[in-house]
Order: sequence, then structure tokens, then C-alpha cells
Amino acid sequence: MTLKIVKSGLATTIQDMGRPGYFHLGIPEGGAMDRLSMRAANMLVGNPEEAAGLEAVFMGPEIEFTQEASVAVTGAELPVMVDGEPRETWTSFTMKPGQVLSFGFLQAGARAYIAVSGGIATEPDLGSRSTYPIGALGGVEGRAVQPGDELPVGDAPTVAEGRSVPAALRRGPGNPAELRVLTGLYWYRLTDTAGQQFFEDTWTVAAEADRMGYRFKGGRPLEFVEREQPFGAGADPSNIVDGCYSYGSIQVPGGTEPIVLHRDAVSGGGYFTLGAIISADMDLIGQLQPNTQVNFVNVDMDTALAARADRKAIIRKIREELG
Amino acid sequence: MADIQSPLPGTFYHRPSPEDAPYKSKGDAVAVGDVIGLVEVMKTFIEVKSEIAGTFGDYAAGNEAAVTAGQVLATLDD
Repeated sequence: MTLKIVKSGLATTIQDMGRPGYFHLGIPEGGAMDRLSMRAANMLVGNPEEAAGLEAVFMGPEIEFTQEASVAVTGAELPVMVDGEPRETWTSFTMKPGQVLSFGFLQAGARAYIAVSGGIATEPDLGSRSTYPIGALGGVEGRAVQPGDELPVGDAPTVAEGRSVPAALRRGPGNPAELRVLTGLYWYRLTDTAGQQFFEDTWTVAAEADRMGYRFKGGRPLEFVEREQPFGAGADPSNIVDGCYSYGSIQVPGGTEPIVLHRDAVSGGGYFTLGAIISADMDLIGQLQPNTQVNFVNVDMDTALAARADRKAIIRKIREELG
Repeated sequence: MADIQSPLPGTFYHRPSPEDAPYKSKGDAVAVGDVIGLVEVMKTFIEVKSEIAGTFGDYAAGNEAAVTAGQVLATLDD
């Protein structure tokens, strides 16, 4: 069967769990920004958790179904409609041939994940169907979906309607959101005052926030420890001799606006990174709208590992709930 | 009275560029599909189009204001 894209929304992309293993070659991992929600959507419709679905940001697409299928929408609170009739988010429902899936105005969060029983069955690139437009990998010919596209879907039986993820297991950011940070290799570049400021100030999500990175503004500029500029580094105090960037790392070009690198980020460059958002909180960034307030919270490795275990426990509980 | 709502969160602009006049002023005729403003998000400018015809009342959100999805951006009379 196929999904007929009637309207594509703002930027609706095919995503799965990404293509790890090529970051050292400059090809990002990619994949759903809110991985917990993508996994949950797949579980709701009986798919393998790594199956490909759609990630819709801020605005939903409009999709006509050509055959019966189970569908679930997780992540952002984006009102779901089937032929104009409301459906619950985080809950499985059935689409009949000819019915149209559409969405209302975004109420909370930023990215909705749409899973369809059988999973989207476009051709994988480097082991993943995730869309990486800059590299023209995955997706539909390497791009986001467009009106007129017909997306192939795998064969799978439908599941019962009304399978639902309990509210306690739906994880979203608060407002202000708290993002936990492990300071890193270049933390020493900041003065003590600047280091304190970074965690004291409330930051706001800027308009420049996408799958490559999320920019934050509104905090006081960060001051750097004076030094003799090393050979090979640029002229700005925030420059380094090029280094590797990790998923979640926080660079602050010029010391003014922090940028957290996300799933489609570059793998290296010449800005210092003061640390990284802990892996357990990366899903939350995928659900931040522009103008949301954010506080960065300084944590140690033990806290970061405990948070990682907690997030895994949530996924395990969803699995048990829907098993 | 009818409302034109923002399709998505971002920054709202009344004008196509800072040098240009606003898309619409009070009393202007609005046809279905007319652009009444822009919302900027993720380095993209999205045209906000009216889905109904009428007479332009006023902007309900300021130029360069931060807006949320579903927020009323402008009103039409009759």
C-alpha cells in the first residue's frame, strides 16, 4: 500500500533510529529527534521500534490512505483528525482506504511522530531510511516529503484500536524546560564567572532551531580566559584548532548564543564546546518550540548515567504496557 | 468577524521585507489565498494566507511578535 501525501506541512521527513557508524566520515547519525516518541509510536501499531515513520515539525501533513492500516501519533500535542473527526494522540487507531489523516494547530511540543503499521518502506541509504536533506540520503530521493508523493508501506496486520501509552510514560519538556549538561573538554576556556552565568541565566529558544542544532539566546555573553591564540585556531576567543563535535555538544560562537548540536549536525569544526546535553535529555530538545524558556542544569557523570537508565526504564515500561 | 490564525509557532511579520508596506491595511479587500503576513521559523518564512474572503480589520499580533500555533494574527470584518 502507499500513503498519498496531500499536504506536506512545514518539513515532514521520514525518520527511523538513524544511521550510526558514519559520523567520523562527516555523515550524521540522523534519525528521529525525539527517539522515545518514535519508538512508542511504532510499538503502538505493532511495528519493530526501529521502523521508519514520519516526523512532522510544528505543522502536520495531510495524508490519504489507500488501504487499511493502524496509525499512532506521539510526541507533540498536535490534534489528530481522521476525515475531520478527532482521534487521541499516543493511541492506536485504524485508517480505512480513502480516509484522510490531518492535523489541527499545535498545542504543545514541537514534533509529532506518525507510525503506520508495516512501517514506511522507502529504500534505505547506509542502513537507514532517515532523511538527511543536505547529504541527499534517505527520505524520498533524499528530501522531505512533498504533496503528490506516494510513500510505500510494508505489509503488516493491523492492531487493536485504543492501545495507548499511559500519560505517566509520555515524556515532554516543562516550561521553563530543564536541560542537564555535563561540562566537557573545553570548559576551562570560560572564566569562572562565565561558567556560573551559563547555568544561572534563563535562555530562550531562538528561531534558528532545527534538526542540525538548536540555538538559544537571551543569556549574558560568556567571557573567555585570556590566552595566546594557538596556531591554527581562528581569531575569536571561542575558536579552537578544529576538533570533533559530539551529538548534544554545546558550542557558543563568539560567546553569545549557545547552539546544541542535534541529529543532523556536523561532526567537527573550530568552535569550543563547553560540554554536552546528557543523552537522556536530547529527546526533550526535539519538543522545544521557538521562544520556550530553558535553564541549563550542571550535573555530574553519575547523574547523567542515572538519567540514561531512567529513560531506558520508561521505554521498557512502554514495551511491557503494549507487549 | 473572522480570525486568521497562525499555522505554526514563530515570529510574525506584517511586511514582506522591512522596506515594504504591510501586506494589508484596515478596509482592504481580502480574497481567499491572499497573503496577510509571514511567520519565520527554522530559517524559513511561511506565508500566512487567508482561507476566507472579507474586509481586513486589523492585525491582532504585533509586527515581529513571537506567536504560537493557533494564535489570532489578524481579523476580518464581515
